[in-house]
Amino acid sequence: MAKLPKPAELLKIDYKPPETGWMDTPVEFKPGTYSYAGKPESLNLIGFPNPRTWQPTDDDWQLPENWQEIILDGLRDRLERFRSLKLFMDICVRCGACADKCHFYLGSGDPKNMPVLRAELLRSVYRKEYTLAGKLMAKMVGARELTLPVLKEWFYYFFQCTECRRCSVFCPYGIDTAEITMIARELLNLVGLNIDWVMGPVSACYMKGNHLGIQPHGVVDSFDMALDDIEDITGVRLDLSFNRKGAEILYVPPSGDVFATPGTYSLMGQLMLFHEMGLDYTLSTYNSEGGNFGLFTSNEMMKRLNAKIYAEAKRLGVKWILGGECGHMWRVINQYMDTMNGPADFLEVPVSPITGTRFENAKSTKMIHVTEFTADLLRHNKIKLDPSRNKGIIATYHDSCNPARAMGLMEEPRYILDHCVEWHEMPEDTIREKTFCCGGGAGLGNDENMEMRMRGGFPRANAVKYVHEKHGVNMLACVCAIDRATLPPLMRYWVPGVEVCGVHELLGNALIMKGEKKREENLRFEPLQNLEDEVAEEDANV
Amino acid sequence: MNVAVALVIVLAILAIAYVGVELLGLAFVFSVVLPYVAVAVFVVGFIYRIVKWAKSPVPFRIPTTCGQQKSLDFIKQNKIENPSSRGWVIVRMALEVLCFRSLFRNSSAELTEKGDLAYQWEKWLWLFALVFHWSFFFVIIRHMRFFTDPVPGFVTLWEKIDGVFWVDLQQLYLTGVLLLVGITFLFIRRVVIPRVRYISLVNDFLPLLLIMGIAITGLMMRYLTHADISAIKELTMGLITFHPVVPEDLSMVFYAHLTLVCSLLIYFPMSKLMHAAGIFMSPTRNMANNNRMERHINPWNPEVEVHTYEQYEDEFRDKMRAVGLPLEKDI
Repeated sequence: MAKLPKPAELLKIDYKPPETGWMDTPVEFKPGTYSYAGKPESLNLIGFPNPRTWQPTDDDWQLPENWQEIILDGLRDRLERFRSLKLFMDICVRCGACADKCHFYLGSGDPKNMPVLRAELLRSVYRKEYTLAGKLMAKMVGARELTLPVLKEWFYYFFQCTECRRCSVFCPYGIDTAEITMIARELLNLVGLNIDWVMGPVSACYMKGNHLGIQPHGVVDSFDMALDDIEDITGVRLDLSFNRKGAEILYVPPSGDVFATPGTYSLMGQLMLFHEMGLDYTLSTYNSEGGNFGLFTSNEMMKRLNAKIYAEAKRLGVKWILGGECGHMWRVINQYMDTMNGPADFLEVPVSPITGTRFENAKSTKMIHVTEFTADLLRHNKIKLDPSRNKGIIATYHDSCNPARAMGLMEEPRYILDHCVEWHEMPEDTIREKTFCCGGGAGLGNDENMEMRMRGGFPRANAVKYVHEKHGVNMLACVCAIDRATLPPLMRYWVPGVEVCGVHELLGNALIMKGEKKREENLRFEPLQNLEDEVAEEDANV
Repeated sequence: MNVAVALVIVLAILAIAYVGVELLGLAFVFSVVLPYVAVAVFVVGFIYRIVKWAKSPVPFRIPTTCGQQKSLDFIKQNKIENPSSRGWVIVRMALEVLCFRSLFRNSSAELTEKGDLAYQWEKWLWLFALVFHWSFFFVIIRHMRFFTDPVPGFVTLWEKIDGVFWVDLQQLYLTGVLLLVGITFLFIRRVVIPRVRYISLVNDFLPLLLIMGIAITGLMMRYLTHADISAIKELTMGLITFHPVVPEDLSMVFYAHLTLVCSLLIYFPMSKLMHAAGIFMSPTRNMANNNRMERHINPWNPEVEVHTYEQYEDEFRDKMRAVGLPLEKDI
C-alpha cells in the first residue's frame, strides 16, 4: 500500500491545467489514488460478467474480445432508457460553474476531476458515436473513439467520483454527475471493470444480508455485545428480537453501525431509545443491512439488494419500517425503493405509537428515517434528557451528501442535536445542500485509495478545522455509516482532536432511562465530565 | 486553437455572404432562400431534438434537493428548493429559467497561502449570463417590428422603455448594447480563465462568436451605417407573408447580419444551444421530491434475480437454530 504524504505535502495543489489538452493527457494509476479491482469470487456470486483476477495497473485488463461493442451497445441501450443521460450528454454548455464545487478537484487540482470534464470523458465517446459533427470533426468538437486508454481513464475517474451530487446543486441545468457516474459504472461493469470495495460488499450483502458478510449468528452476537455494553453503562438490560413475526415495526440500520465503532455507539443510542419508548419492533438477520452498494454498481443490482427490505417486511407482517442513520441508504429508500420494489400495499402508513404522529411524507414507501422518528418524540416531550452528560463535547454537524441532496433531511438531525449537546454550524458554503463529501463515499472508502480520500475529504476537513479553532469543536456528528468509517481517519489526518459520532450517540448519552443506575461513563466508556465537575464541587465544599 | 477555428468558421460565413451577394449576385439566395431554409431547419430541428429526448423515459424520480424536505409539521419545508408538489416545482423551474437560480449559488473556492479553503462571492457569471440572455430576448422582441404590420403595442412600449436614453440625438437601445457586453464577457471569461479555456471546444466558441457578429453588425446598422429600415421591412414582410421580394437598397452589412442569424438558427438545434429547451426537461429540477408519498413508475422496471429468505434459511438453518432464531421450516 502506498505511503500517505504529509498534509503539508498534500496541500501543494497545482490548479494550473497541464500543457497538454485533456484528450492528450493519459491517465496515470498512481498508488494511493485508485481502488483495487473486484475479485472473481465476488462477481461469480452475483453472476456478473468477466470474473477474473486483475489489477488496474496491469497492462492487460483481460477484457472480452468485443469490449468496445459491448460498451457502445450498452450506452445506446441506456440512452433509450434514461432521459437523464441523453439530456446530460447534450445540454452542457461547459460554463465551468461546477469546477471548483467538486471536492476531488479542490483536493487534487486534476482538471479531470472537474465535474464538467468527468462527464466529457463519456460525452466525447457519445459525440463520436451519435453526432454528425463528432463523426466529421472529432477532436475539435470534443469527440473521440472509445480506445483502451479512454476506457482506463473512465475506470480511474468514474471510480474517483463519490456520486455526492454537489455539482448538480450549482449546475444551471441541474446536470447530475452522480447520474453520469452511475451509468458509466454500469457500462464498466458490462466488461467486468469494478472495484473490490464495492463488489465485495455487494456480493456479501446479496448472499448473507449485510455488506460485511456476517452470518445470522454473528449478527445476533454483535447485537448482544452492544446490549452488554449498554447494561454495563446504564444498568439496564435491553431485550431484542430478530426475525420476529407480528412485530409492529421492522428496524433496518446500516450494518456499519452494528459491527464497527463509532457507529456502534450511535446504534446503542437508538436501541436504548426504542427500549425506553417501549417500541414493538424487530430486527432481521436476512436483511441486516440498510446500506446498498448496488447503488454504486448498477440499477439492477441496487434493486436486487433493496428487494429484501420489502420482502422481509411482508414475511414478518410488520406495519411499517424504520430506517437507521445511513447516507446512501436513504438515497435508495427515498428515490428508488418504491419505484423498484413497490408498491408496499401490504404495509400501513407509519404512525408513531408513542405520539400518534402520522408520517404522511412516507405514506407510499411506509419507511421513515430514525431522526424523523426521534425529532417527533422530542417535539412531544416524550424523551427525558440530561444534556449535561454530554458536557465537554462541543459538536458540529456534517450533512451527509445523500440525505442532504437526494432527500432534504436537514433540520431533523439538527433538532435532535439542539436537545442534546452544545454544537456549532460549519461555514455556510459547506453545510446543508452545499455540504462536502467525506471523500470516501460510493465505494471509495478503502485503504488503498487513502491519498485520494484525504484529498477529496480536504474541503470537509478544512471546514471542521475552522469550527475546531473558532469554537473548540471536538466532535463531528453525522447521520451516515460511511461517514463514520471514513471521517475518523480524515480527522486524524487534517484536524487531530476531533472525533466522529452519530447523532443518536449523543442522544443515548443524554437519555434518562427508567431503572438506570447513576451513569458514570458515556457510551464510549469514557468518564462523564459533568461528574468530574460534581466531584470538584464537592471537593471545593469540603 | 479552438477559438481560432471558431473564428475562421465565422469569417468564412461572412466571406461566403460577401462572395454570394456582391460577386455572384445571389441576393435572392441570401435574402430569401437562406432565411426560409434556416427557419425550417430551426423549427424542425428544435422539435426533433425535444421529441428525441422525450422518447426516453424517466425511470426514477431524482430531484436534487437544495433545501429542507417536507416531513414533520413543526419543521419548515423549503418549498421552492425542495418542492413536494407540482405547483412548487413550477415555481422552482420559473426561478431557474427566468433568474438562473442555480447559477446564482455560484461561489469561488480558493486555497489560501495558509492552506485553507476560502469561498468568495462570485456572481459575475450569473450577472452577465442573465444580462446576455434577457437582452437577447428583448432584442428579439424589438425585431418583431419587422414582422408585424401594424406593430403590436407591447413592441412599441418596450422600444420606449429600452430606448429611454438618448445619445447624440438618437435613441440608444440599452438591450442591444448589453447583449454585446454580456456576450463579450462570456467570451473573455472563456479565454482568460485557464480551467475554462482548458475545457472549451470549438462548439463553445462558435456560438459566442456568431452572436457577437450578429450584435456587432446589428449595432453597426443602427448607429453607424444607418440601414434603410423601410427596405428591410419590405423584405421581412415579404418573407413572413410568403410573397418574398428583394429590395434594391439592402446593404452588405445587412446581408452579413442576416447570414449570421441564419447560421445561428441552423446551428442551434444541433448544438449545446438546445440547453434552452433541455432545462425544462432536466429531471433533477423538474420533479417533485415526493418519492415517499407517491410511487413513481419506471416503464422498464426490470425483473431481477433476488436471493430469497427461503434460500437464506436453507443455507443457515442450523446456525440460526443454534442462536434461537425463529425458522420457517424447522427441518
